[in-house]
Amino acid sequence: MTLLGFTFSPEQMDAIWLSLRVGFAATLFSLPFAILVAYGLARWRFPGKMLVDALVHLPLVLPPVVTGLVLLLTFGRRAPVGAFLADHFGLVFAFRWTGAALASGVMGFPLMVRAIRLSIEAIDPRLESAAATLGAPPLAVFFLVTLPLAAPGLIAGAVLGFAKALGEFGATITFVSNIPGETRTIPAEIYVLTQTPGGDGAAIAMSLVSAALAIGALVASELLSRRMRPRLRSSS
Amino acid sequence: MIDVDVALDRGDFSLRAAFASEAKVTALFGPSGSGKSTLIDLIAGLARPDRGRISVADRVLVDTGDRLFLAPRKRRVGLVFQDALLFPHLSVAQNLRFGSFFAPRDARRLPLARVVDTLGIGGLMDRRPEQLSGGERQRVGVARALMSAPGVLLMDEPFAALDVARRHKAMGLVELARDEFKIPIVLVSHQIDEVMRLAAQVVMLKRGRVAEIGAPEDIFASARPENPSERFGLGASLACDAGEYDEHYGLTRLKHPAGEVFLPGRAATSGKIRVFIKAVDVAIARAPPPDISIRTLLSGRILRVAASRGPLALATIELVGGERIYASLTRMAADQLGLAPGRALFAMVKAVALDEREVGSG
Repeated sequence: MTLLGFTFSPEQMDAIWLSLRVGFAATLFSLPFAILVAYGLARWRFPGKMLVDALVHLPLVLPPVVTGLVLLLTFGRRAPVGAFLADHFGLVFAFRWTGAALASGVMGFPLMVRAIRLSIEAIDPRLESAAATLGAPPLAVFFLVTLPLAAPGLIAGAVLGFAKALGEFGATITFVSNIPGETRTIPAEIYVLTQTPGGDGAAIAMSLVSAALAIGALVASELLSRRMRPRLRSSS
Repeated sequence: MIDVDVALDRGDFSLRAAFASEAKVTALFGPSGSGKSTLIDLIAGLARPDRGRISVADRVLVDTGDRLFLAPRKRRVGLVFQDALLFPHLSVAQNLRFGSFFAPRDARRLPLARVVDTLGIGGLMDRRPEQLSGGERQRVGVARALMSAPGVLLMDEPFAALDVARRHKAMGLVELARDEFKIPIVLVSHQIDEVMRLAAQVVMLKRGRVAEIGAPEDIFASARPENPSERFGLGASLACDAGEYDEHYGLTRLKHPAGEVFLPGRAATSGKIRVFIKAVDVAIARAPPPDISIRTLLSGRILRVAASRGPLALATIELVGGERIYASLTRMAADQLGLAPGRALFAMVKAVALDEREVGSG
């Protein structure tokens, strides 16, 4: 495929499509968990809340290689959780694109939780109380009041997670290595190109693609939240 | 019938409140921090008492002795917040539907059209809460609470966010809810005129304790030297028959058993009209004075005069026909006129002090 006078090789096209797939999968599957954790941190009081908070933020501050190693020791083919999932659900992470998605999801998780938590905390809890006194059960309150009002944070969190997934390198390469067509995402491809004599031009082109995707995601989220803002302005 | 007997301690604040009321409108009255809103939260189930029991219409909502605590959604209380708290992402129609959707199937539901008509919000159905004025929001908030088929309506200072003109309109709204929908109301307020106009029973709270319970006229008509500014809120509403409108002077002549009440402007000319008359706008004369500008003279008898050692006194007057009116005057005037219970006199009301905002229908 040719773009702006630069021709992408099939390997590079594979890396781009793979990155998109990994990014969407990572975002889609971590979003529900991120919402749950963010809601818990924003609204519940429970013992060990600080610990959960710290645990969620760990991937943000740990060296990505360490996160990758932890994933390898947990979700590897012979590791306890990995073996269980493979044997009972046929779900294999090790050296598969699913593993790249898992690693990207874990790395983006703290960003998602932060954005969503902030927007949930910004909701007047009395709106939820009002819904409860009107007879709405807790799940209805959550889906009809809390979640729609947190939508801007949800979008922001999803975009941050997606952008993070596109750029994830350290944890991914540690956990699932760098297999062309399976786990070689854009950053890994760029890394390989920089190690190849004469690969600089291609590396720059791939970097531009990566930047374009990230900027595209940000613009899309901005447009979405702008469309949402007029109807979410608080009533008081 | 609302029956409350609760205890709750939160840090410095301690609440011990016990009262029962059968009134259509029960007012929780007191300064801020006296526990009014906490009581509302306890009745609505948004707070848990440390000890105690609350029942509404023989339905027990919480009883710590029985380890019973009904969740807010099962209490069937219609909570009207100070700032309405409409759902900002839903239209007015959707807000109302939220109220009715979760109402219990077996509850006596109010027809949407009737609620919408009564509250005059038919033209707002497609709007978003942000597009409404404060008064409109409040009306939608009341409508939403009514749509949930509540057994009791809890109103937490529903007028606080409104300016004076809208406040009077909103009070008419509470009167409507009270008379039209026959749902008992618990009203939180720290405005005496609101309480005098709307409530039949007042629970006076002070620092988490019930200081007094009784009819508003009994509670407020005793001069309380610690709070002389209360006289500005005191008043009584009189039920008058609509009279004719005087085109030439622009006055409406209302008929009351004790005399005629002149009202500036045109009021409804049929049915009953309630006029709220403040104690500070009433003067007393033992005989109709010959040369005086005041045209509204109501005849009655002194019921009692409450005076303390301060400069002020408050006279309670029973008018012909049985209704009461209050007159705020100085202790000196009360002494010099020789006001004693049983004495016949005339209560004089300046027509210019009345305005159509003080008038309710029904």
